[in-house]
Amino acid sequence: MNESQTFDEMWGREQVLRPPYERFHEWFEGEDIARLRAKQREAEEVFRLTGITFNVYGRAEAEERLIPFDIIPRIISGREWQKLSRGIEQRVQAINAFLYDIYHRQEIVKAGRIPQEMVSRNDAFLPQMIGVKPPGGVYTHIVGIDLVRTDDNEFYVLEDNARTPSGVSYMLENRETMLQMFPELFSRNRVQPVQTYPLDLRRSLAACAPADVDEKPTIAVLTPGIYNSAYFEHAFLADQMGVELVEGQDLRIVGGKVAMRTTEGYRPIDVLYRRVDDDFLDPLNFNPESALGIPGIMDVYRAGRITIANAPGTGIADDKAIYSYMPDIVEFYTGEKAILENVPTWRCSEPEALAYVLDNLHDLVVKEVHGSGGYGMLIGPTSTRKEIAAFRDKLKARPGNYIAQPTLSLSTVPIFTQKGLAPRHVDLRPFVLVSPAGIKITPGGLTRVALKKGSLVVNSSQGGGTKDTWVLED
Amino acid sequence: MRLKIRHTTRYAFDDPVIYGLQQLRKTPKNGPEQRVIAWKTTVEGGVKELSFEDHHRNTVELISFEKDVTELVVRCEGEVEVLDSSGVIGPHRGPSPLWLFRRATPRTRAGQGCRALVREVKGEGDLDRLHALLRMVHGAVGYEIGVSRPDWTAEDAVTAGKGVCQDHAHVFVACAREMGFPARYVSGYLMTGDRVQHEASHAWAEAHVEGLGWVGFDVSNEMSPDERYVRVATGLDYAEAAPVTGSRMGGTGEALSVEIEVAQQ
Repeated sequence: MNESQTFDEMWGREQVLRPPYERFHEWFEGEDIARLRAKQREAEEVFRLTGITFNVYGRAEAEERLIPFDIIPRIISGREWQKLSRGIEQRVQAINAFLYDIYHRQEIVKAGRIPQEMVSRNDAFLPQMIGVKPPGGVYTHIVGIDLVRTDDNEFYVLEDNARTPSGVSYMLENRETMLQMFPELFSRNRVQPVQTYPLDLRRSLAACAPADVDEKPTIAVLTPGIYNSAYFEHAFLADQMGVELVEGQDLRIVGGKVAMRTTEGYRPIDVLYRRVDDDFLDPLNFNPESALGIPGIMDVYRAGRITIANAPGTGIADDKAIYSYMPDIVEFYTGEKAILENVPTWRCSEPEALAYVLDNLHDLVVKEVHGSGGYGMLIGPTSTRKEIAAFRDKLKARPGNYIAQPTLSLSTVPIFTQKGLAPRHVDLRPFVLVSPAGIKITPGGLTRVALKKGSLVVNSSQGGGTKDTWVLED
Repeated sequence: MRLKIRHTTRYAFDDPVIYGLQQLRKTPKNGPEQRVIAWKTTVEGGVKELSFEDHHRNTVELISFEKDVTELVVRCEGEVEVLDSSGVIGPHRGPSPLWLFRRATPRTRAGQGCRALVREVKGEGDLDRLHALLRMVHGAVGYEIGVSRPDWTAEDAVTAGKGVCQDHAHVFVACAREMGFPARYVSGYLMTGDRVQHEASHAWAEAHVEGLGWVGFDVSNEMSPDERYVRVATGLDYAEAAPVTGSRMGGTGEALSVEIEVAQQ
């Protein structure tokens, strides 16, 4: 990719310093590179130590799992954020309305806005949720919307994570570390706080408790256990919220409620923030082989006696095939045009779209509808003619199996390198809390950065790192 | 016809049960075809935790074992008024969309055996073809107790050429879906002329016919259900309509006895 075609969040396209970065730039100019190098090493050490406290793994394994941290904050202005958060709120509202509709009357299917097969042939559709009204009417208590920026005023949603989005502990740790290392930066800039997230999460979950719970609801975090890659986050969130961290084996059905073992006997749980996938949640109702779940929890749920966050069956809203219908979904339920853009998506099941895709394979990314993890996809611009020809045959044989999207030119932000600042591509995952009391979006979120020059892959498994994300008070 | 039903299930264990649950679908449905006049479930050795209505409008009761019990007894009894509607249940009701009943399940996936049966089905209208299917399955899978296992699939039964009512219902459901009809499994009670006592509950199938709605087909008796049939639970297959689904820790060496009485009032 040609770097000059890329929008840089500090320098724009024409190397003119953008306003949100003015104070940071002033500070940076006065800093000594050697001191910052030492700070970067110090930050890494902090992460290594906290990482190990979080992990029950041995030291060597914990280091392998550490995601690199970059000390240069990503800065977003309050005005930019306002527009983003309006778009996110609209999208999250639509997702919840969509889930209610899909598990009830399916008006959107009857209205012909999405084809019935999108639901009926979707593995993420959970029949056990049909007709169930979750407490407070909330399906997605916690959402992570993955965004990319391509220009001053252009953001795209890459993915809606409506099941169990992870990464919020990095957002909190990143801020904590920055506050410790560079307190002076926070007195020069008025940065909107993220540290209230655990308290906000707790309040939001409590507001979603079943209607007959009148006292202070009992909340717990359900983890698959220490071998899960996000275990430290589960432990961290439980600790920060001041609630119990539980595993399936600690829970039983007692008195018509899900209850956890305590030193004083079984104590009923009103709201369970579960980090266990649907299929493993309840061996009595779903996968009988699961040792991670709680037999009967779906029965308690269907009897309206516990809140499961996020609700079972929300996966149908963040499915790749459903994604391409999100603009219609937003319009159908909110009556407004979607504020945030979807990446234009060609559904190869449609003949006109297929013809276009076949003519433009060298410019497009083609993905399997139900694929994940980057398998079975074609990245046109970086593929050889032979690879494209081979893919063309696969695509023609089963067009319904594929969607195609343009390759986006992701924005860059500066990272700290041995030679000073250097631009790298980023994405952003803001975290959204939903309750009957309203939608709350933590200002900022998790910025993932491709540390390799020119790389567009921000995944931590492929050399991605994270950085603190600032939203300024304007 | 007014039927009085008594259904007792008794579990005895060699070792005490440490912890366990049973999900019961034993309460007859209320609808235009039948009316539940009275119904009661009582449990010995266990506790009723809760009940709810599932997405097939089945009444589900969840019970837990009392700690360290070696015997659990579940007694259901009551009275149901049934109308004779020649097997026609009528328009689709309930929260589940009709397309759900076109979905194959592991137990009702049509393979070579079921497809071969479907190819032989002849008839003019939908109803004709479904009755032809009823006769076809009745002829192809003989009724024989003790041959099939509860986890058999429709294909297993066709291959063996034998089975019980559960297998008959699975084969019919698999074939009907293969023919394009929404179809479901029904568990329930049947009053027979020869005796009051039974060792097991009955099972049959229902298919959805445009214009008529749901119609019942009992392969084992080669007929459509009449006023002697009491519908209890429905589902895509046995797993969703089973009278009991359980999980437990401890309680090895299970001995089960079932007594069912169905008599006209």
